[in-house]
Amino acid sequence: MAEEREVVLMKGNEAIAHAAIRCGCDGYFGYPITPQSEVIETLAELKPWETTGMQVVQAESELASIYMVYGAAGAGKRAMTSSSSPGIALMQEGITYMAGAEVPGVFVNVQRGGPGLGTIQPSQGDYFQATRGGGNGDYKVIVLAPSSVQEMADFVDLAFELAFKYRNPAMILSDGVIGQMMEKVVLPPFKPRRTDEEVIKQCPWASTGKPKNRERVVITSLELKPEIMEQRNIALQEKYAKIQENEVRFEEQLMDDAEYAIVAFGSAARIAEKSVEIAREQGIKVGLFRPITLFPFPTKQIAELSKKVKGILVAEINAGQMVQDVRLAVNGAVPVEQFGRLGGIVPDPEEIVEALKKVM
Amino acid sequence: MDRNQIVQPENIVCKKPTLMNDNNMHYCPGCSHGVVHKLIAEVIEEMGMEDKAVGVSPVGCAVFAYNYIDIDWQEAAHGRAPALATGIKRCWPDRLVFTYQGDGDLACIGTCETIHALNRGENIVIIFVNNAIYGMTGGQMAPTTLIGQKTSTCPYGRDPQLHGYPLKMADIAAGLEGTCYVTRQSVESVASINKAKKALRKAFEASMAGKGSSLVEFVSTCNSGWKLSPAKANEWMKENMFPFYPKGDLKDTTSL
Amino acid sequence: MAKLKGAIVVDTERCKGCQLCIIACPQKVIALANKVNLHGYPYVEAVNEEACVGCASCGIVCPDGCITVYRKKVEE
Repeated sequence: MAEEREVVLMKGNEAIAHAAIRCGCDGYFGYPITPQSEVIETLAELKPWETTGMQVVQAESELASIYMVYGAAGAGKRAMTSSSSPGIALMQEGITYMAGAEVPGVFVNVQRGGPGLGTIQPSQGDYFQATRGGGNGDYKVIVLAPSSVQEMADFVDLAFELAFKYRNPAMILSDGVIGQMMEKVVLPPFKPRRTDEEVIKQCPWASTGKPKNRERVVITSLELKPEIMEQRNIALQEKYAKIQENEVRFEEQLMDDAEYAIVAFGSAARIAEKSVEIAREQGIKVGLFRPITLFPFPTKQIAELSKKVKGILVAEINAGQMVQDVRLAVNGAVPVEQFGRLGGIVPDPEEIVEALKKVM
Repeated sequence: MDRNQIVQPENIVCKKPTLMNDNNMHYCPGCSHGVVHKLIAEVIEEMGMEDKAVGVSPVGCAVFAYNYIDIDWQEAAHGRAPALATGIKRCWPDRLVFTYQGDGDLACIGTCETIHALNRGENIVIIFVNNAIYGMTGGQMAPTTLIGQKTSTCPYGRDPQLHGYPLKMADIAAGLEGTCYVTRQSVESVASINKAKKALRKAFEASMAGKGSSLVEFVSTCNSGWKLSPAKANEWMKENMFPFYPKGDLKDTTSL
Repeated sequence: MAKLKGAIVVDTERCKGCQLCIIACPQKVIALANKVNLHGYPYVEAVNEEACVGCASCGIVCPDGCITVYRKKVEE
């Protein structure tokens, strides 16, 4: 029997909210900031605390938001927050604490132009912040980069699954284009929130209240003994290596006969789809490689790709961030150029085609 | 009467609380933290909430509170404990959730989280150990350091012109609509300890009854930071801290 | 006539010699021993246990929970 699927037209930000409720999220703790305030507004309107029991709290700041997520996720619950670039900057401490304490919190960055307070217009300028870690220490956050409203809806459950699978913070790195644009979306089916017993069973590491039959749980990133701290860090690095091995996700379009490749993520990839179309009409055999996970980065795949093409253009809406990871993967095999716009300006597909010609 | 006849298990009238494990506590000799830890352990056990309690420890001397009381804990970033507690309690409403914070944690970097968690009326208890100094980092001025009090960052005494005024967090908390119980206690004598324990129990019960947020302040000593012996520190506290941070209930709507 | 007789057992490895118990004791039972424990702290001991009535003031004020206090009603 065909499953009834709801197809609706909505903004990316709204899709995040709907998907959160449907994937059994236990708590959303957030703070308004343009261009993502629709996430908390939609949740407030849908009142999931009356239906699924999901908590929605408007925190006093982004600092408080990330720590409310930390608390709930450290207690084994599916907890998330969302913000935009300057707010995510405030959250960096909480994110490194989650990485160090192995707390599976989920957060969404709907990027806007920076640096600083910046602009409310879209950008992809937080790639470094997301993948290099804006917080202190050696850590990685799992980063998913949606490029459609559908992926905004699909990646919420995926982010939670990955976060809990690896006990690691996970983020959805979106931007103001994806957050604000409206597209058809098939919302995921409703999944009930886990019961307290299920949480206790599935998350024995969580601070859920100590029964007599186990040692107390301490959710902490603090360890003063160097020998033990080194072991903890080595274990984290081994975890990241496993994530790198198992969780890479990407998409290729028209790469089979491509002589050139455009590498782009998020909204830049949507624009680049059109650029590929225009370039092909002009006789240029170009394809699109779209990383979906930014950590783990599809290094191996891009290295393979660089053996087949004559040049690569990285199209990203920043001054050159992902291009570094592409260059590392390509390792000098072929020329790699970068094209981007700054200040909240979203490039036209034609601009990317013109930039591509520089690589040829 | 042979001593062996007295020292029998059935004659015990006072012992280390069961919920306190055998780890030696790292606090300085005579530190108030130890007594407050004992009270928390006793009250949780007396309420039968050992398997339902989740504590949130601060950054400060009590960062290792989680090593001493045998319940589940989370270690918060400096000042953020009330936010963690909010996340935990909202998602686990039947748990006994409390924070344990010092004066820097609660009244300086964490002022925002303290006020808002209290004002939202989160059903948590915020335990505030106020010894008017930053102990862990070596004795610097705290937002609750008294005028004229000497610390490493105000070696000539706190001067309002240079350093501003001490903050009375309990008074602020009592003025917030979300709080149901705000009290100041101390733990330097048997009488004050007995009162303090009752206050802590009241706060914990109020949080479990969904009455709102509580702030239980323990006016305390830091004999290392104050550079006094434990006994002299108690005297200094009584002479100087008690007049400025008067003890008693500042707000109690728990019976409403 | 019944009298209360007390006794204390000090966990000397937990004791830090803060002496708050000595001050709290109404019967002058406790004093600092002339020894140190493995952590280098001087610890306390009952030097006048005959006078102990098991009021538990020492145990209550002890910040480290070192003192177990026993009390028994004794017929004279």
